[in-house]
Amino acid sequence: MTEARKPRLGVFKFASCDGCQLSILDCEDELLAITGAVDIGDFREASSAVLEGPYDLSLVEGSVTTAHDAQRIKEIRAQSKALVTIGACATAGGIQALKNFGNVDEYRRVVYARPEYIESLATSTAIADHVPVDFELRGCPISKVQLLEALSAFLQGRAPNLPNESVCIECKRRGTVCVLVAHGTPCLGPVTQAGCGAICPAFNRGCYGCFGPQGTPNTASLTAELKTLGMAPPAVQRLFRTFNANAPAFKAASEAAVAEAKAP
Amino acid sequence: MDTLKVGDRRVLERHDFPSLFRALQAKGYQVVGPTVRDGAIVYDQLSGVDDLPVGWTDRQEAGKYRLERRKDEALFGYTVGPFSWKKFLYPSHERLWTASRDGPSFVITPEPVDGPPLAFLGMRACELAGVSVQDRVFMGGPYVDPGYAARRRKVLRIAVQCGQAGGTCFCVSMGTGPGVQEGADLIVTEVLEGKRHYFLVQVGSSEGAAVLSDVPLKAAAPDDPAKADAIVSRAAASMGRALDTDGIHDLLLKNLEHPRWEIVARRCLSCTNCTMVCPTCFCSNQEEVPDLAVEKVERWRRWDSCFNLGLTEMHGQAVRKTNLSRYRQWLTHKLASWHDQFGTSGCVGCGRCITWCPVGIDLTEEVAAIRTVPPAPATSEGKK
Repeated sequence: MTEARKPRLGVFKFASCDGCQLSILDCEDELLAITGAVDIGDFREASSAVLEGPYDLSLVEGSVTTAHDAQRIKEIRAQSKALVTIGACATAGGIQALKNFGNVDEYRRVVYARPEYIESLATSTAIADHVPVDFELRGCPISKVQLLEALSAFLQGRAPNLPNESVCIECKRRGTVCVLVAHGTPCLGPVTQAGCGAICPAFNRGCYGCFGPQGTPNTASLTAELKTLGMAPPAVQRLFRTFNANAPAFKAASEAAVAEAKAP
Repeated sequence: MDTLKVGDRRVLERHDFPSLFRALQAKGYQVVGPTVRDGAIVYDQLSGVDDLPVGWTDRQEAGKYRLERRKDEALFGYTVGPFSWKKFLYPSHERLWTASRDGPSFVITPEPVDGPPLAFLGMRACELAGVSVQDRVFMGGPYVDPGYAARRRKVLRIAVQCGQAGGTCFCVSMGTGPGVQEGADLIVTEVLEGKRHYFLVQVGSSEGAAVLSDVPLKAAAPDDPAKADAIVSRAAASMGRALDTDGIHDLLLKNLEHPRWEIVARRCLSCTNCTMVCPTCFCSNQEEVPDLAVEKVERWRRWDSCFNLGLTEMHGQAVRKTNLSRYRQWLTHKLASWHDQFGTSGCVGCGRCITWCPVGIDLTEEVAAIRTVPPAPATSEGKK
């Protein structure tokens, strides 16, 4: 049993800030258990030692923003028995997906001294838009607890127990007073997936949706409520356009706000 | 000190109220009750009178809750906050047992249920009713929940009768309040009369009487019971909501295709808040949480909700996929099929689900709509 080959883990980066990879290294107490359970084949944020594929499990961080990356993710998928995306970039396109709503050529000209050096797609897209994904870990960054659960589930051959319920249930479980109802603070908690432990409302801040849409998000109803709290359509648009701006439910909500702002 | 019997009434002056805390603490109770935190009155551990929401009240309407100062220094001059006593008896997340490998087999170690006995100070009539409903759920059938039962048996219930109702209260409709009917060890009515501030205390059980043996009390005046009744009547007359429960079981269960469900489903966020704040909702999920090496596995129970897709997931698919089906499940269970299951309504009229719904969905309004608006016959027939 102990002589059996350990599963080989790959950790790959696309367009991202590396924060989700750091969440793996942040598993300080559990790191030894992780390295005891898997051979780390490729994890350049942690080590320059590289083992060849194929990989039993690949964790993919970041979104696809270049033609090169669109090809590279296909190669990684081909080398991976299971592929799990980690974080808002890989799962929804990330904050950089804001470019999907603008004109990339304009940005390029304004930002870069030599725009002709920049090769970039017009969009930032989720890994699942390019290859089949076995499981998606949400968050900006991901939750260490959820990561360990996903790793355990993979190693044990079971489905991860990470429900797509709302952030509200985490507020209530931990005893946080609802910032929307009791303070009138705009909060995306009702339409956002749980997993963070409802950190922001616990500090009297509204949820800003970094875990993306919950299982059945009713953004239209929440938007109506946000308006009664005094938010104008452009503010609603900005609220939905952060780390998960390109997640379909949030994208639709921000576009509805744009349409309303333009309406006579 | 005379020996108090069940039903006896005495007066506790405001300046002697700290002695009630001392008496409870001396008897080994951990006092939990109302306190102001983060803009709301929540239930938490209390060390003394100063922790109570002195001079605070709450203003509640559908989807909105605000604290406000009172003109007096009432200790219990508010209605109910977001969290019921449920969280103490049925914790939101609880490890039930741990299993460890033992050679080719494994050993299961149940989680001990310990902690001091709790004194619930400031239970409202609707909340006593809420605990009574959960008692039936967790202890009423052949399978008693050991953790709930162990905690529940040690609780001392000090009820405070309401002197005012909140904007979303409807206990009168549900027959649960605002006067305390049964199930309390002590029944307290707060009286504010000009400069005099005192509490009329009625003994509800021998445990309640035992606590009072070390508390300085005065004889009640002949008109004190009538004063308490008047205070309760004032609350009863100021209910913010009403729910017509006449024939409600059949009304809801015979209108499963009523167009109103679609209307409310468009507003429902499926966020679970109504079920989380409800003092009777009891759904949970149980999951095994193994460590990476699979040497140890823990079984955890967490509050779950009929508004979560996962609650009805079987073979990878949720049975109740739509907001409509989930809201309808919640309301019909709460107000109708709960009677079939537990012999009582699942609603005690506390109004929390109305106040703490982020979009202010009001079950009294929904029931009224189903009652008054006949279903469109064509739609109803068409779906059959």
